[in-house]
Amino acid sequence: MADVDKKMLTQFLLRMGDNTLILGHRVSEWCGHAPVLEEDIALANTALDLIGQTQFWLGYAAEIMGDSKTADDVAFLRDVWDFRNLLLLELPNGDFGQTLMRQFLFDSYQSILLPRLMKSSDQHIAEIAEKSSKEVAYHVERSAETVVGLGDGTEESHARMQAALDRLWPYVGEMFSSDEVDAAMAAAGIAPDPATLREEYDALIGKVLAEATLSIPDSDFTHKGGRNGATHTEHLGHLLTQMQWLQRAYPGATW
Amino acid sequence: MYAQMIKSEASTEDPKQLKEFQAKIDDNIKVEPRDWMPEGYRKTLIRQIGQHAHSEIVGQLPEGNWITRAPTLERKMILLAKVQDEAGHGLYLYAAAETLGVSRDDLTEQLLSGKMKYSSIFNYPTLNWADIGAVGWLVDGAAIMNQVPLQRTSYGPYSRAMIRICKEESFHQRQGYDIMMKMAQGTETQKKMAQDALNRLWYPSLMMFGPSDAESVHSTQNMAWKIKMNTNDELRQKFVDQTVPQAQYLGLTIPDENLTWNEEKGGYDYSDPDWSEFFDVLKGNGPCNVDRLEARNKAWDDGAWVRDGLMAHAEKKRAAKTAAE
Ligand SMILES: [Fe+2]
Ligand SMILES: [Fe+2]
Repeated sequence: MADVDKKMLTQFLLRMGDNTLILGHRVSEWCGHAPVLEEDIALANTALDLIGQTQFWLGYAAEIMGDSKTADDVAFLRDVWDFRNLLLLELPNGDFGQTLMRQFLFDSYQSILLPRLMKSSDQHIAEIAEKSSKEVAYHVERSAETVVGLGDGTEESHARMQAALDRLWPYVGEMFSSDEVDAAMAAAGIAPDPATLREEYDALIGKVLAEATLSIPDSDFTHKGGRNGATHTEHLGHLLTQMQWLQRAYPGATW
Repeated sequence: MYAQMIKSEASTEDPKQLKEFQAKIDDNIKVEPRDWMPEGYRKTLIRQIGQHAHSEIVGQLPEGNWITRAPTLERKMILLAKVQDEAGHGLYLYAAAETLGVSRDDLTEQLLSGKMKYSSIFNYPTLNWADIGAVGWLVDGAAIMNQVPLQRTSYGPYSRAMIRICKEESFHQRQGYDIMMKMAQGTETQKKMAQDALNRLWYPSLMMFGPSDAESVHSTQNMAWKIKMNTNDELRQKFVDQTVPQAQYLGLTIPDENLTWNEEKGGYDYSDPDWSEFFDVLKGNGPCNVDRLEARNKAWDDGAWVRDGLMAHAEKKRAAKTAAE
């Protein structure tokens, strides 16, 4: 593995693992409440994949953190300011359209990032990316298909999908806002600078959203503060109160 | 059991045809969708398979209640996979019902309006994490008691659905027992959770088999048709006999002072559940009936625009394809 500051590498791994953990949590909230049985199954499956990926990313992060920490410690015993997920992923689900639009916006990002990570100079990261990439390819295919179906469906479904895109668009830019962690990862050949992925991303979502007859909002304003932990939304704290409750209420128990 | 107190429908067909049909069932020849069948057989099966399917669907709710609070990543994954399996069971069963000439949407409407029932067990709440263990251990366990024999049921599509489902259910039961084991061997509080779960879910689990039906005409007819394979009391006894040693192994106490081994019958004597409570739950007065139906209705109503949108899109695509040809 290339020589790299362990703290920086940990930050990178937390970004990866917190993204899948927090989105996995949000998606799992749909369980039993989806519009149609096939969607119940598909959403549970997506959440399952995301939590599985989380175990890899946070497992590796825990290993580097030392003190015989586990992925569970990292997931269940950190507070809001330690989380490094994108703001987009901690937002409440909204309606089914907003949930699927968010899924599509994130799946698209992952589908571009993971093939790059498969060539990471860090063998462990390359392996995790390899393991996740099939799932991600399937997720983006499915979420893109649903966005197109609903965008180009009825008048109501179109209006709802446009509203979802408008609502979420200000959170997209954060995926590409690089900082010193990204610079260090890029320099060590561990991960690409996300800013370099934007063009490919815009092309991918542009094509799908056009087919969905949806318009990308004419604004490049971006909310930030998730991937560096500086300013999360108010929603993350509430999510953690649920997710971490048992571990916090009964410390030291084995489940 | 996911289908309770299924009333059989009388058949008014030609006695000769009925006799031939019965002979076929007695010879263990499977009835397939295109075969002739008495109207009563068809209607009774729709009721039974439909109720079973609804139970799988509503059953997602008490377990889904703990997905966001599962204590470890692994437990969260196991629970997600289980709930996903249950939705899949619903799907197979609706597909089996559809072969009898009723649509999934039709059955869904009847569930949502309260016209069709689902198993009484899912009207009880899951209140602590051990409930997720107890549901797998007891509820999936009771379901298996009924479904293993139903693999030999006379209706082909139902029998095949049961074969697929049973494999997964026994997996669920083992995972549930594994949670109970961790809880029972855990801290004092965890043990308390495990005992609390067993206390609350024991009698509702016994109710899953339904009241004694040894003398019921419906039961006799359904057993002759092989859409019911055992009496409710037989299955309940089997369940108790299997479960008591498992509880003992966990170091938990079954909440029944009258529970004793009866050497003569080679099984346990046990207390009946409170059947007036059971009938209250069937009438809609269980602790969660209103919540469950509200949740299913909300999901269906909120999802209407999604179903319509996807349908409209598929229609547009088809029209475009036809125009291009
Ligand atoms: Fe099931
Ligand atoms: Fe099950």
